[in-house]
Amino acid sequence: MPASVSLSLSLPLSPTARSDPSVAASPFGAFRRSGLRFCGLRREVLSLRSLNSEASGRISPYPARGLSNKVLAAAKSNGSPTKGFDYDLVIIGAGVGGHGAALHAVEKGLKTAIIEGDIVGGTCVNRGCVPSKALLAVSGRMRELQDEHHLKALGLQVASPGYDRQSVADHANNLASKIRSNLTNSMKALGVDILTGVGTIVGTQRVKYGKVGFPDTEVTARNIIIATGSVPFVPNGIEVDGKTVFTSDHALKLEWVPDWIAIVGSGYIGLEFSDVYTALGSEVTFVEALDQLMPGFDPEIAKLAQRILINPRKIDHHTGVFAKKITPAKDRKPVLIELIDAKTKEPKDTLEVDAALIATGRAPFTKGLGLENINVTTVRGFVPVDEHMQVMDADGNLVPHIYCIGDANGKLMLAHAASAQGISVVEQISGNNNVLNHLSIPAACFTHPEISMVGLTEPQAREKSEKDGFEIRVAKTSFKANTKALAENEGEGLAKLIYRPDTGEILGVHILGLHAADLIHEASNAIALGTRIQDIRFAVHAHPTLSEVLDELFKSAKVNVGTSPSVSEPVAV
Amino acid sequence: MAALLHLRLNSSLLPSSSSHPSLRRRPCRRPVAPSTRISAKIREIFMPALSSTMTEGKIVSWVKSEGDRLAKGESVVVVESDKADMDVETFYDGYLAAIMVEEGGVAPVGSAIALLAESEDEIPLAKSQASSSSSAVAASPPPADAPASTTSVQTLAPSPPEPSPVAASSSTHPASDGGRIVATPYAKKLAKDLKVDLAGVAGTGPMGRIVAKDVEAAAAAAVASVPSVPSKAVVGSVSAKAPTPLAIELGTVVSFTTMQGAVSKNMVESLSVPTFRVGYTITTNALDDLYKKIKSKGVTMTALLAKATAIALTKHPVVNSSCRDGKSFTYNSSINIAVAVAIDGGLITPVLQDADKVDIYSLSRKWKELVDKARAKQLQPHEYSTGTFTLSNLGMFGVDRFDAILPPGTGAIMAVGASQPTVVAAKDGRIGLKSQMQVNVTADHRVIYGADLAAFLQTLAKIIEEPSDLTL
Repeated sequence: MPASVSLSLSLPLSPTARSDPSVAASPFGAFRRSGLRFCGLRREVLSLRSLNSEASGRISPYPARGLSNKVLAAAKSNGSPTKGFDYDLVIIGAGVGGHGAALHAVEKGLKTAIIEGDIVGGTCVNRGCVPSKALLAVSGRMRELQDEHHLKALGLQVASPGYDRQSVADHANNLASKIRSNLTNSMKALGVDILTGVGTIVGTQRVKYGKVGFPDTEVTARNIIIATGSVPFVPNGIEVDGKTVFTSDHALKLEWVPDWIAIVGSGYIGLEFSDVYTALGSEVTFVEALDQLMPGFDPEIAKLAQRILINPRKIDHHTGVFAKKITPAKDRKPVLIELIDAKTKEPKDTLEVDAALIATGRAPFTKGLGLENINVTTVRGFVPVDEHMQVMDADGNLVPHIYCIGDANGKLMLAHAASAQGISVVEQISGNNNVLNHLSIPAACFTHPEISMVGLTEPQAREKSEKDGFEIRVAKTSFKANTKALAENEGEGLAKLIYRPDTGEILGVHILGLHAADLIHEASNAIALGTRIQDIRFAVHAHPTLSEVLDELFKSAKVNVGTSPSVSEPVAV
Repeated sequence: MAALLHLRLNSSLLPSSSSHPSLRRRPCRRPVAPSTRISAKIREIFMPALSSTMTEGKIVSWVKSEGDRLAKGESVVVVESDKADMDVETFYDGYLAAIMVEEGGVAPVGSAIALLAESEDEIPLAKSQASSSSSAVAASPPPADAPASTTSVQTLAPSPPEPSPVAASSSTHPASDGGRIVATPYAKKLAKDLKVDLAGVAGTGPMGRIVAKDVEAAAAAAVASVPSVPSKAVVGSVSAKAPTPLAIELGTVVSFTTMQGAVSKNMVESLSVPTFRVGYTITTNALDDLYKKIKSKGVTMTALLAKATAIALTKHPVVNSSCRDGKSFTYNSSINIAVAVAIDGGLITPVLQDADKVDIYSLSRKWKELVDKARAKQLQPHEYSTGTFTLSNLGMFGVDRFDAILPPGTGAIMAVGASQPTVVAAKDGRIGLKSQMQVNVTADHRVIYGADLAAFLQTLAKIIEEPSDLTL
């Protein structure tokens, strides 16, 4: 399995900076990684993988083709559990993390059940990255159609573009249903038991499930994965009514488009919604607790992003302030937002707006899990885990057979990170020592243009270089020199590489520009596989493509080591 | 790989292009605009124009500090423009005598940001000059920018407002001080661009907030009042109820506003309609008498004319029809009289709906409401786009006759001239004085024929000459 190879190659890593769980819990803090945005939709990959496993496994002698046969065959592959247990693996929570773990577990021959109290797909599919991508697809097109200057430069003429709010909302909702049923079907097809209800751990290898407060059915499992995810975090003092003061959960339904909306928090969620709302005609006011917008991003990228995504749009912002109190609109009064200085706590200002979106990060959803039954105390709601995602109890000892992945452990609150952690856990319990390299997990923000990143930011890299005593360098290329970007008339953007000139190791890559979210994987794969700049710079890119931005980036890096022999060796053809 | 080579070459040249939004700290060394204002041997360092669209620049950091020796071509300061951060270098040798705009401060292009002394001896002189000129700048027209050294645009951290003249002259961010002003983000942006002080703008948005169009209106009003500033003591209030003629700068090309663009589009569209015109002279003595009687009840002449027209139209539905597709008559179910109104910088046609059914007093009230809304640019689409017949009246300006262009989508428009005392010969040979006005209807000949208009005008004349029906 290529995936597991790459994962096991990766270095152990402390969950520093990028995955600091305090971030999401701190009121109005930096919301670096919210699971909301990032969905590794693994359906295609996994269906292929399941077929592969059969080919390599014992049931089907045929390579992947006839689907219905395969499904049946696959269903049988969720075979018999270890003696004495109902299941080899019980996963609590059928979000993207639980789903990824379940599919990989079946592939590993484990009898698997997944417990879901709500709907399959979790935050990502139902209230997060999936529906938001539908809205962003609309906003991207609206933006193009409204940009007269841009259209004119391309020679296009479009008369007054408009949109129908309900149809846009339906598009988002339909997409979520479709992905949800895909997810459900992929698990059913493999024979994963989907147990309906809220799961509670009653002992190290025992889980009860059923209606809230009445977990009446008990199952035993050799191993348990907690994958209960997160919910929008709403700081104290903010009254959410779901109509004029709301979180991303409500905003994604797009029940109305306010004339003026305040977005509390300028992380990924806030930034993406500002893109949607401004494209649909709203004016936006950002409220950010830190001194600058987009605090989680590489500073240089954040600065350019402000020039491209904030300044030219109908957006203003208040930084260094907390929203102490937010009152929903009622009795013909607007939404009131009381701002206080983040440091001195003194009243700063009051905003009167039509709506407020609370995008202050996400809080783990771990209540009612029965963690007390296994002597586990959460840290600000997060379940403490070691580098194998194994749960640690109140005394710092590992709890046998219990793992926690995704937003619930807070290491890196991204859907695809949860899934990767799930796969890592399944590898671990299947006897393959596995530690996931979180620094190789890419992240993206789907604004127009997009922002993506992997690895360290420049300040993080500088800190590390000073501590560990090595030199770092930064290389940059612009989208303005890229033929494809210019053909699209979308030359705004920057790609930035932070690397070690002594070894050629890639420490971080940050991209802001057209399709940045799709471009980042060349860099994240290189980090995951340990590919060095001196080698990857010889890889050929099709011309003209946006990928040449990265090609140029690698070529412009100045590395003090030669090419690896494997790359320079001639290959017979 | 010629292509690749080309690309790489290209990129290495990039930073020199001025419009390139590179974030590199030192991609482009721009010389400081050569100083011409030389007093003694102290030169001013100006905020340079780093791009064609740049109007102001923010000081990111001073590379040199006060008292440092500078060599020609050395970087002095890093400036952030609307596009990029760039190093600014000096053209002259000398000493950086005084920094006039601190880091984080914003200055308009062309304003002095520092002083350069030729020798060390001149540093104190330069310093005193800096302090005096900065206070001078504070009092001069662009107030918000020059003293912005302390009040950056972004309401940075708690920077205490300077006690000196700055506080008085710069109204900075209204949000940060006591007198709260509620303005939307775009309104604020526009106010900054158009240099409009939000404190003087009346908000017409929801809950009285200032929205973009209020700022635009205030800016237009301000432009109108600027020429009078030096001579007249009282400058017209910013709210500008009455349309003021805009001060037009000769020799410039000014783009259409949205409204003007719409008018232009409609006018061109009207060329595809085959129109013809029929005129009529109507005696208005009786109407004038009626008007005098009910004027005190708030009835306006416009409402009377609209009412008369609407009643006439009830008898001639074809004149209230239109031709949508070139193949058919569209007989409108209601009689909606649109009346053309000039508002600053444009023209709009508020609509009196069902003018035939609504009584004259309600119609007059409705008209007043519509005009107020039109001036505040708050008309809803249904209030200006649903007309079935249009009236255009230039009588109040003394125009005795004119001819109107048919608005697309309607069948006819009537141009109304002034009612004037006219010497009239009656059929019996007597000569008398009567008030008469000329009306001229432009109509779409595909649906409305000459005889239709003639009959309609006859009816209208009869109604106006015996106007008792109007008050029913």
